[in-house]
Amino acid sequence: MAVVDMQKISICAHRSNRKAILETLQSLGIMQVVIDDLDDPELMKMDTADARARFEKNADLADQAIAVLDTYVPEKAGLLSGFSGKKLIDKEAYSHIIDTQTDIMAEAREVLRNEKAISECNGNILRDENQIEALVPWMKLDVPMSFNGTKKTAAFIGTVSGVCDEAALYAQIREKAPEADALSVNVLSTENDSTNVFVLCLKEESEEVEAALRAAGFARPSQAVSGVPAREAERCAADIEKQKAEIAGLEEEIRAKAPTRGDLRIVADYYRTRAEKYRLLGTIPQSRNVFFLEGWVPADSVDRVETLLTTRYNAVVEKEQKQEEEVEPTLLHNNKYSENYEPVLESYGLPQHGRVDPTFLMSIFYCFFFGMMLSDAGYGLMMAIGCFVVLKKCPRMGKGMKKMLNMFMWCGVSTTFWGIMFGGFFGNVIDVVAQTFFGYTGATPILKPLWFDPLTQPMRLLVWCMLFGLIHLFTGLGIKGYEYLKQGDVVGFVSDIVAWYAFLIGLILILLPTDLFQNIAQMEFNFPAFVAPVAKFLTFAGMIVIVLMSGRANKNWGLRIALGAYDIYGVTSWLSDVLSYSRLLALGLATGVIAQVINTMGSMFGGGPIGAILFAVIFLVGTVLNFAINVLGAYVHTNRLQYVEFFGKFYDGGGEPFVPFEVKSKYIDVKEEA
Amino acid sequence: MSDLGMFFGLLGAAVAVLFAGAGSALGVGIAGRAAAGVVTEDPNKFAQVLILQLLPGTQGIYGLLVGFITLSKIGLLGGGDITVSLPTGLMILAACLPIGIVGLISGRSQGECSAASIGIVAKRPDQFGKAMLFPAMVETYAILALLISILAVSNIPV
Repeated sequence: MAVVDMQKISICAHRSNRKAILETLQSLGIMQVVIDDLDDPELMKMDTADARARFEKNADLADQAIAVLDTYVPEKAGLLSGFSGKKLIDKEAYSHIIDTQTDIMAEAREVLRNEKAISECNGNILRDENQIEALVPWMKLDVPMSFNGTKKTAAFIGTVSGVCDEAALYAQIREKAPEADALSVNVLSTENDSTNVFVLCLKEESEEVEAALRAAGFARPSQAVSGVPAREAERCAADIEKQKAEIAGLEEEIRAKAPTRGDLRIVADYYRTRAEKYRLLGTIPQSRNVFFLEGWVPADSVDRVETLLTTRYNAVVEKEQKQEEEVEPTLLHNNKYSENYEPVLESYGLPQHGRVDPTFLMSIFYCFFFGMMLSDAGYGLMMAIGCFVVLKKCPRMGKGMKKMLNMFMWCGVSTTFWGIMFGGFFGNVIDVVAQTFFGYTGATPILKPLWFDPLTQPMRLLVWCMLFGLIHLFTGLGIKGYEYLKQGDVVGFVSDIVAWYAFLIGLILILLPTDLFQNIAQMEFNFPAFVAPVAKFLTFAGMIVIVLMSGRANKNWGLRIALGAYDIYGVTSWLSDVLSYSRLLALGLATGVIAQVINTMGSMFGGGPIGAILFAVIFLVGTVLNFAINVLGAYVHTNRLQYVEFFGKFYDGGGEPFVPFEVKSKYIDVKEEA
Repeated sequence: MSDLGMFFGLLGAAVAVLFAGAGSALGVGIAGRAAAGVVTEDPNKFAQVLILQLLPGTQGIYGLLVGFITLSKIGLLGGGDITVSLPTGLMILAACLPIGIVGLISGRSQGECSAASIGIVAKRPDQFGKAMLFPAMVETYAILALLISILAVSNIPV
């Protein structure tokens, strides 16, 4: 439960060992490299952009080939495959596959070539289909589209505007060209507002006929097809068949490559790792013979790194003193249970070095409050068992996912606990089923709450919620006090922490026995007689210390007292903080009551088989919905209680996360030698 | 007269469910539009923005909660012979007002806040934890209103 100590080290080694050392560090993944600006003209950086770009391009190619394979040969995805994480490969198999990388990449290129050919074929098919579509109106034509007459005749193939029949068009042309006796007009097809026609006339009369046709809005077809339409369409159809056969063949070829998918994943990750190595290589300073590397390593791993690098590569490893302006990166280390809550802390901000890591304390409150907000044994069991099964089935899932599921599993256990305390099991499903289907008429509830029913005694639970909240807040204040003491600031500890404890506890002890509070809470407090004067003493002593001391940074006594008096006003923020914990009650009630609404709705169809089926359907759908929305609510508001109320008392984050130089893989992990 | 008491009691339940539900509908709608925009650009953010979209949905549930407690209070849900006097009915109506009105306003505001948080997720997905917190702040006031409504409804003697 702490922030891990960091040690800055610098490594100096011969250039010949450069890549080997980087590879070792990369596979260890325990060093965050710091890049310094060069101030020595002897030192320079190597240009690795080309090598890096080559590896990145290869990784990209392999990724694309994998994507193509996934499209054409989808892998059977299990229900839990989303959780299964990266595959583990042992080192020997890994290096064996890396040795054949050129062959594997050739296969990848072929897959991509086939994919490209398929898309070209698809383009051809589309073109053919458009062609056929365009030829449909001209199908009746038995001469080529480009036909414009014989030796004696002239032909016009085209479209006139408006819908008209042969006789009407004939009359229209004759009107404009009276001497054109030998005129043949054929309507091939009509469309919405145009007619496709074939007009034949004598060559010597063609000019007049053409003029007449133009007047009727004649235009030659826009597509450049020359052959006979029916034959052209046949040719296109045949071409489509051919392209389809080709696609089938290409797809078959791609499918045949499916077994290389595993190897492709390995080489893709290999190239990615290489690219990352070259990225770093390009940033480290080197002279003609040696290179330098600086970075942060967890303090307890320094010796391991040192022995490894000195014995294996003759490198010089030195521990460096932390400079004034340098900030150590933060890495957290917590016990098996609490480490699951680290992501919650991370999303608020990591602690700086020298500050307290609140993960352990937070993890206890987190679980506790989450359970109270959901407080249904049925939902809790669903959550706990569901997370447990997934965790057991997929041992290799990613670290973040694993932590999250572990966290929710424990929250599920806590939810079950609170469900039993408050008598909630899928709302009141046991009572409803017993009454509706088994004619139970005895006393309800059958499942009695171990503690009490919050729906009938909400005030009682509210008081408890505020008590839990007060403990949470006091813990936060306590952590701040611990930090004061660690820094040796006893004055701060007494005036900012002890004084507030005394002031608040005194106030509470004064408030509890009053009639006002006892009426609200419907509880009675009978303190022994000595409590009242003690409470008053605590309150005033605390108040005086706060007034005098909280503005101690100011020399001016008038200002100092004024600031102190203003700080007393901070008691209102304590009040609102404590009231904020009423959400424990509200959200807990929401889960239970909505579950009851669902059960009531389900039971409205009475007993009997149909009623049972409808009940099952409504119960299932309703439960899933209620579960989802309330888990979300509990999650959000538990976070809020930690972030705003708890952290507000002592914590401000601001730490830089530890980002080690490591293997950045997407598909596989390589098993290290023991 | 007893019918009138029942009417006002029922009106209370209606006010709670109606206004709080409308607030949530507005809020989820506003956030949903922003979420849809983000998913157009990056479908991988679906889960994150969906959570943010759902945050303003709780007011409707609080309204339902108070509505349900009210209905069982006035005996409409399997309670049997309960006569609700006119003053009691009016009291129940008054008790339902906080969650109804605060639910409406906070639902809408929370929706706007969620939409802004969805903007955070669109640009900086790593800041999801913080983005989630801003809408949760608005919800505090719906929870306070819910608390008073529940306490009031369950403590009115019938």
